[in-house]
Amino acid sequence: MYELFIHILIPIAIFSFIALFTLFAVYAERKIAGFVQDRLGPMETGKYGSLQTIADILKLLQKEFITPTVADKILFAAAPVVIFSAVFIGFAVMPWAPDFLPANLNTGLFFIMAVISIDAIGILMAGWGSNNKFSLLGSIRAIAQMVSYEIPIGLSLISVVMLTQTMNLNEIVFQQGVLASDPIFFFGFWDVTQIGGLFSWYIFQAPHLIIVYIIFFVATLAECNRAPFDIPEAESELIGGFHTEYGGIRFAFIFLAEYAMMFLVSMLGVILFLGGWNTPLPNIGSFALADWTTGLYWGIFWTISKALFIVGVQMWIRWTLPRFRADQLMNLCWKVLIPIAFVCMAISGVWRIIVMV
Amino acid sequence: MILKATLNGFATAIKGMLLTIKHLFGARGSRKEFDIRKENYFDEQNGVTTVQYPKQEMPIPEVARYQLEVEIDDCIVCDLCAKACPVDCIDILAIKSPEAIGKTSDGSVKRLYAEKFDIDMAKCMYCGLCTVVCPTECITMTNQYDRTTTKLTDLIYDFGEMTDEEVLQRKQEWTKFQADKEAAKAK
Repeated sequence: MYELFIHILIPIAIFSFIALFTLFAVYAERKIAGFVQDRLGPMETGKYGSLQTIADILKLLQKEFITPTVADKILFAAAPVVIFSAVFIGFAVMPWAPDFLPANLNTGLFFIMAVISIDAIGILMAGWGSNNKFSLLGSIRAIAQMVSYEIPIGLSLISVVMLTQTMNLNEIVFQQGVLASDPIFFFGFWDVTQIGGLFSWYIFQAPHLIIVYIIFFVATLAECNRAPFDIPEAESELIGGFHTEYGGIRFAFIFLAEYAMMFLVSMLGVILFLGGWNTPLPNIGSFALADWTTGLYWGIFWTISKALFIVGVQMWIRWTLPRFRADQLMNLCWKVLIPIAFVCMAISGVWRIIVMV
Repeated sequence: MILKATLNGFATAIKGMLLTIKHLFGARGSRKEFDIRKENYFDEQNGVTTVQYPKQEMPIPEVARYQLEVEIDDCIVCDLCAKACPVDCIDILAIKSPEAIGKTSDGSVKRLYAEKFDIDMAKCMYCGLCTVVCPTECITMTNQYDRTTTKLTDLIYDFGEMTDEEVLQRKQEWTKFQADKEAAKAK
């Protein structure tokens, strides 16, 4: 009975976190967009427009369900659920703090890759079910993009997994801080097992992982259809892409999924490369900053703040760079990211054999 | 080749991102100068440019191409503005007067009553031609631009000041004058 209660409570907690994060992120996004363009962003609803997103979501919740007459009713209704649940399930294996995660799977990383791919099916369902040429075009683009960019993501993950020797996300994070069981070397030569902090993150354990992280970051931007890779939604060309026909709470769920996806991939990047819940502060002599700032609450704090920082960078990029053309998108993926990812994968293998052992 | 293009792309992307983050942090304060006529208007490149309109207003010239205004006491009802108007938004009806009514502020003699002087601001294209042709300069453009309304007919501005009785009286006076003249001619 107690277990059942826990099993219900955890998804509700994660869902509320996603909903709160989305409310906050949409507001932040609009404010960042405003400031970057020398505007003010929302100002009228509440102090400095702080209630804007709450007003938005209340409006969306009150709207009626509109299904186009020629739409495929079942696909149209099911698509938002599929899109959102695909991203939502991904949070099941994410560690928030030491040994604090919903499901401690040995195949955590693999599980995430598998469930995130379901997102593509949901987008195709939405585009096809709408029976609208813009939606269909948007979803075709989305599928082409997501399937292509899954390859550099996969390759960059393999580069990391070669070094971690495990796909358990919890253990991967444990290997990047003061709680590690194996010795950690900064760039392969300086033993930082006791020092921890910034230096023991995977991105600094092997220098080529910096490049791998950039590849991962670019590919995940494309994976969650964010600008500059937002051709599936391309407001100026396709109205809204695959979600053109959606309104009300269905649209809200698609939107929620987009922001949840942003947070998920940012958090995944943080876990694999930037030390997850490990503190960035190292132990310096008698100042054991790393030991002091490691723990359950500190872990949650570091995970969320690092992930929010990466989300902030995603927003910053969105409001800086113009949209890619479809052919440029594919060129970048197949001719640049994938070859470099392969090279990095090879370096990872060599690094594991020569340096880490 | 493609690697070079990619590296170039990354370099320019970083350049652009540094520019945007400069603006992001520059948005902590507003720009000081909102008057484009000032010399230093273009000196400030950072800071929020938004003018939060009802609370804050942008300085504009006193006479600019905004709403039209008619000083009806100075009008000699010559109908030139209505003729000059490219979109026919000015509607004037005149009643002749038997003798001079008075003088405008610049000394022109008024011989006509303005029975009707309507300007339909919904049709107006703000070209300002009417203000150019006006001999007494009674029709001007003002600095008023915010006249939002929910009814389209509210945008028809009525500058005529005569009441219906007055119109009737003046018309009768003129008919009487005509009749008297006819009678005098017939004698």
